[in-house]
Amino acid sequence: MNLSRRTVLLTGGALAAAAVAGCSVTGAPAPAATTGSTGGKLSGTVNILLMKQAGWTEDDWAGVITKFNQTNPDITINPTFVAYEALHDKIVAAAAAGTFDIVLMDVIWPPEFAEKKMILDVTDRVPANWKTEMLGGALQAAEYKGRFVGAPQVPSTKLFFYNKDLMSKAGVDESSIDSWDAVMTAAKAIKDKGLSKHPIAWSWAQAEAVICDFAQLLGAYGGTFTDDAGKLNFNNDAGQQTLQFMVDSLKSGISHPGSPTFLEDDVIKALQSGEVAFGLNWESTFRDLNDTKASKVAGKMGVSATPTGPSGKRPGVNGAMAYAISAGSKNPDAAWKVIEFVTSREVQDPLAKSSMPNWIASFSDPNVVKINPEVFAACKVAYADSILRPQVVNYNKVSAILQVEIQNALLGSKTAKAALDDAVNQGNDALAG
Amino acid sequence: MTTRTIRTPRRHTSATSQVQTRFAWLLLAPAILVVFGVILYPLYRTVLVSLFDVRSALDPSPAFVGLGNYVAMLSSPSVWASLGRTLYFTVVSLIIEVTLGLCLALLLNAPMRFRWLFRTAIVIPWALPTIVNAAMWKGIYNAQYGALNAVLYQLGVIHDYVPWLSEPWRAMNLVILADAWKTTPLVAFFLLAGLTSIPSELYEAAEVDGLGWWKRFRAITLPLLVPAISIVVVLRTVEAFKVFDIIYAMTRGGPANGTAVISYYTYQTAFSDQSFGIGSAMAMLIVLIIAILCMIYLRLIRSSEMSLL
Repeated sequence: MNLSRRTVLLTGGALAAAAVAGCSVTGAPAPAATTGSTGGKLSGTVNILLMKQAGWTEDDWAGVITKFNQTNPDITINPTFVAYEALHDKIVAAAAAGTFDIVLMDVIWPPEFAEKKMILDVTDRVPANWKTEMLGGALQAAEYKGRFVGAPQVPSTKLFFYNKDLMSKAGVDESSIDSWDAVMTAAKAIKDKGLSKHPIAWSWAQAEAVICDFAQLLGAYGGTFTDDAGKLNFNNDAGQQTLQFMVDSLKSGISHPGSPTFLEDDVIKALQSGEVAFGLNWESTFRDLNDTKASKVAGKMGVSATPTGPSGKRPGVNGAMAYAISAGSKNPDAAWKVIEFVTSREVQDPLAKSSMPNWIASFSDPNVVKINPEVFAACKVAYADSILRPQVVNYNKVSAILQVEIQNALLGSKTAKAALDDAVNQGNDALAG
Repeated sequence: MTTRTIRTPRRHTSATSQVQTRFAWLLLAPAILVVFGVILYPLYRTVLVSLFDVRSALDPSPAFVGLGNYVAMLSSPSVWASLGRTLYFTVVSLIIEVTLGLCLALLLNAPMRFRWLFRTAIVIPWALPTIVNAAMWKGIYNAQYGALNAVLYQLGVIHDYVPWLSEPWRAMNLVILADAWKTTPLVAFFLLAGLTSIPSELYEAAEVDGLGWWKRFRAITLPLLVPAISIVVVLRTVEAFKVFDIIYAMTRGGPANGTAVISYYTYQTAFSDQSFGIGSAMAMLIVLIIAILCMIYLRLIRSSEMSLL
């Protein structure tokens, strides 16, 4: 037999064709049962996809896993940590292969993941007491159309962090900074005294982070993202005032000019350096600001719920997350066992420095509150009212559009109104398509 | 690749020839696996997906849309804008790399002490993984603690720290600079290889004729370097056109999409938006453009003296 170029090509082609035969376009098999049970098998490996940003640290997780294995020696937990910015795409890329049994899902993704059947409906597994004993904001991250598509990880919102040292040097009283107006006045005083060149840092990079800040400010201005029919309407007066506030604060130098490039971690670093007085960020920021190894302001920082806006309201952006079981999980029962453990009070309460617990009772338990009293006090106020980002299937596309338009306004290449009009028009087109 | 064994009538196939054929298959197996399994098969899947309205990686039966995704792609202003940015990235980074690369190559070709040391040291940026390079330059450009701000501030050039990556056009240029820092050594080495192949007699003759430095460069160096320059230009064009990782790590397409090149936009469309159909169509567009560039590249390399083929 002659081994010609043609023979090699034909053989390779035939092999490829054989691999193709029987596959669908995406290579995905026909959907199997959606509740996914392995008949109660509680052993094997549970691969879990987590993030390293706010919340529990990798060390926290190592402790939790050790504790879990004391009572569940037959289940091996294999965690993978990625940056928040990479989390969604990693879940999507791994979905077909079923790489992860549990994925950490942001509050904005349940519609997308549930509609695309990437995660399991776990309603039947959820104990009845969760609905009444867990915080509403945390539950929101795990629900879609009245069904549980995950388990609440922790509640979360952005709190307001302030440097008490800089404030007292500028003669600003801690109790006075209850509204954004007062914060801007205080920031100006700090700037004028030369204590800080740019007293406020924001996470306004082209990322989900800027949407979280925008959402929180939009709430303070009395706005919402969508109307009752589900159409985007944040180009209304409240939306324009919100974006104008952001633009003005940047223009006046009150806000750090690096803000349009900052993610949450950059805001933490800015606050830790002591050169910035104010910042919005997730709960675990307080832990990082008081970390004497990394922070120059340990012990000098205060924390409160987000300041009120002209509407008199102060809804925090709902930044809760949930554990979902991947549709491709080969070990969903063991995965649920892990989820039950990591959402339990016994595990969550001791880690209150990193994340607030899911459980309403924890907030009035003095033994838990004393672990992180300042943040508990702030969260009690902050969790009372929240603003949700649009709960839509193609949220990411809408968010990406808004991110770019907010930046266009921040850069001065569009007016606030033009930017928001464009965002709403393109966003509504995306929702329709 | 063709292994034409001596043609023997099949009936009389000797045992030796059979063993040889089997051995040939064995040797070819890894290449077949790589070419068909890792390159052609995914390419085939991408073409297939690009013809369907795939909105989820788990969708077993997406709707067939024919060339609908290609039409949608070509009528999207965002796609054209990102192609424009990619073109800008490619052209500007090529100009920087070839200019600096040529200067470096001339320096490294000059007789000097410790030339081996300089030649070795210059490889270091190229040896860095792109993601490390990106993280490093992101640190250098940082608005709060970046080295660039510190240097310029201490020299009195700036009076306030500058958020270098906060404006689209500036961010693009600075990402190009970071990329050029890493890839210029590669260009320099290609050109150095070209320089060393120029016979020294030509320079000696030119010197005897009284030609100055510039004239020698114009009359000898540059014309004889043309093959090396064209190869490196095409090679780098292909690389620059598919730039992704440095963008992903430094700016994630921001600010205001200022650095959203076509590869990044493709990734975002496919994986963030889960519009796999259009994402695949965009990937095919990149493949097409790069295939054309590669054909030019292969032609050049075959006609060049540096060719090993």
